[in-house]
Amino acid sequence: MRRRLFKNLVTAPCTEPVPAGGAALESAGAALAGAVARRLGRSLAIRELDAGSCNGCELEIHALGNAFYDIERFGVRFVASPRHADLLLVTGPVTLNMREALERTYAAMPAPKWVVAAGDCAAGCGVFAGSYACAGSVAAVVPVDLAIPGCPPTPVQLLHGLLRLLARDQARDTAQPR
Amino acid sequence: MLAALFAPFAPVPGHRGWPRVAADADCWRGIGAALREGKLDLLALWGDERCVHCALYEPATRRPHSASLEVHDGRVPSLAQFHAPALRLERACADLYGIEAVGLPDARPWLDHGRWPRRHPLAAAPQPPVPPARYEFLPAEGPSLHQIAVGPVHAGIIEPGHFRFNASGETVVRLEERLGYTHKGIEGLLRGRSPEEGARLAGRVSGDSTVAYSFAFARAVEAALGVAPPPRALWLRAVMAELERIANHLGDIGAVCNDAAFAMMHAECAILRERVLRAAALAFGHRLMMDCVVPGGVAADLAPGGLEALRGCLGGLKREFPELIELYENTASLQDRTVGAGVVSAALAAEFAAPGFVGRASGRAFDARSCLPYPPYDSAPVPIALREEGDVDARVWVRILEVGNSLTWLQAVLGSLPGGPVRVPCVAAPGVEGVALVEGFRGDILAYVRIGPERTLERCHLRDPSWLQWPLLEAAIEGNIVADFPLCNKSFNCSYSGHDL
Ligand code: SF4
Repeated sequence: MRRRLFKNLVTAPCTEPVPAGGAALESAGAALAGAVARRLGRSLAIRELDAGSCNGCELEIHALGNAFYDIERFGVRFVASPRHADLLLVTGPVTLNMREALERTYAAMPAPKWVVAAGDCAAGCGVFAGSYACAGSVAAVVPVDLAIPGCPPTPVQLLHGLLRLLARDQARDTAQPR
Repeated sequence: MLAALFAPFAPVPGHRGWPRVAADADCWRGIGAALREGKLDLLALWGDERCVHCALYEPATRRPHSASLEVHDGRVPSLAQFHAPALRLERACADLYGIEAVGLPDARPWLDHGRWPRRHPLAAAPQPPVPPARYEFLPAEGPSLHQIAVGPVHAGIIEPGHFRFNASGETVVRLEERLGYTHKGIEGLLRGRSPEEGARLAGRVSGDSTVAYSFAFARAVEAALGVAPPPRALWLRAVMAELERIANHLGDIGAVCNDAAFAMMHAECAILRERVLRAAALAFGHRLMMDCVVPGGVAADLAPGGLEALRGCLGGLKREFPELIELYENTASLQDRTVGAGVVSAALAAEFAAPGFVGRASGRAFDARSCLPYPPYDSAPVPIALREEGDVDARVWVRILEVGNSLTWLQAVLGSLPGGPVRVPCVAAPGVEGVALVEGFRGDILAYVRIGPERTLERCHLRDPSWLQWPLLEAAIEGNIVADFPLCNKSFNCSYSGHDL
């Protein structure tokens, strides 16, 4: 282990100032951190909720935490309880079997709170539209502030999406969070 | 056994992949008896408007076989009364199709939580809904027992499901799972779709296994229609399947270590996983390679520069992964958590025909790539990674070995990919059926399709390996401490979505 730790000390970090696939990450992240700071003081706490996804979206949300994207450097972190969260990040078409869990999780969050629907399913029910077992998109169940399309959205798209929400909110200060 | 059981029945014409017979009730009970004696493995059990079907595998002869039984007055004899692994499958048949399995030891609903607009939603005549009833968990009795209810919403970024623990102090006396929260009605959506549309749905049954699902679905459709994809497509599919396997194994090896509070391994593995996904995106246009495998071949050839990206990524992994294995092996605090935790006995693994690394970590030497080889693995075999101990450590080790095997396999294959086209047209013909088994990272995925008179999917069943792994998690955690549950759970990493369908 010591050898590995030493090696990591002397090699450059993986965290990307400018990631492959879009020069926008660092600037996006910086602006995000700024917006979060203005709105929430120090940090943005996200509670992730799978309302019936295929788990593809979860994989990419997980990736936000890896050394390449390292979302925590922007003051964004995932929390275990909705009571600690500012933002609910929902994936999947909302299944009827998960509908109540989504409603109750949303209700458990303190105001101000935002909801982001991540992925084509959460945004518009995706390929599962029309099923007897689905309530529809997230917006059919709780108010959604922003939808991030993609199947699944890539980590960079997710980060850009979160930024858009906060930037818009900051521009239109009249748009009060619930 | 198979031969003796099914000798009186002629194989159903038009069913391809492996034979299927239309059995009678006595034969069905005979199947139950053979399952109970351990002579056959139950691969899958599913219903439709008229019949129940099961897919079987005989380990002694390495032969698969399907059988169907017509439903009379809404009833069939239960296989679960002979063979516990059939239990949840029959409960699901009852929920979706209203098929009553007579003798079923546990008749509680499984996928139906009383929230759908109709009962038996896929039956020929769905029923009006009944209000949700209280779900009675199995009792555990004794002094000082207490219950812990977890979920459906869990603390991490994971899928939803409910776990009910009965604990005595810190020790788990019984865990009971309640699943079905992510039931999306995929089998209902598949009805009436063209094979192309069906492929998109099949690729979204469990996103982490999207390649394996698309692969299994495509093979079932191709078997039904008698279509042979071009050689290059066969190899490209397997390249994607192995990349998916490596990426998921890497992610989960790290995550298991993380649940044992060894975050460094998690960070290192996540880096390697991300590199694989990026190479996949360069080569195939999508990080998870969704919709890349299609009936008739693959959606597109390797992108320019893709081969080099894959080679570079695999070379890097070959150099770096051994260091991480060493780290895993030589960290006593980590081994202290993983060795001896969450043991699945060899007997249980065999009984449940435990798919994938869960079975192989408990001595079940089954890997669809070797035992029921399909192209291209029939001409380029992958060795079976096997351990006997059945604990968290063994499951991690099987996955470590499989990463190594897949790396070696890919490096050899990438040097000799055949040229030529990557897709042939797949024209749907009416009245044919196909079945296929494909080894995903989690285990074998079964796909069954029946094409109806409209040349669309009349019935498609996709069986996730998790169906046969989830019950073993209940057994594995017994006698362990509650705090080890996340570790044990992660070492299984069953799919909720794949199971709930
Ligand atoms: S958007 Fe795509 S990846 Fe996300 S849950 Fe839906 S099908 Fe899965």
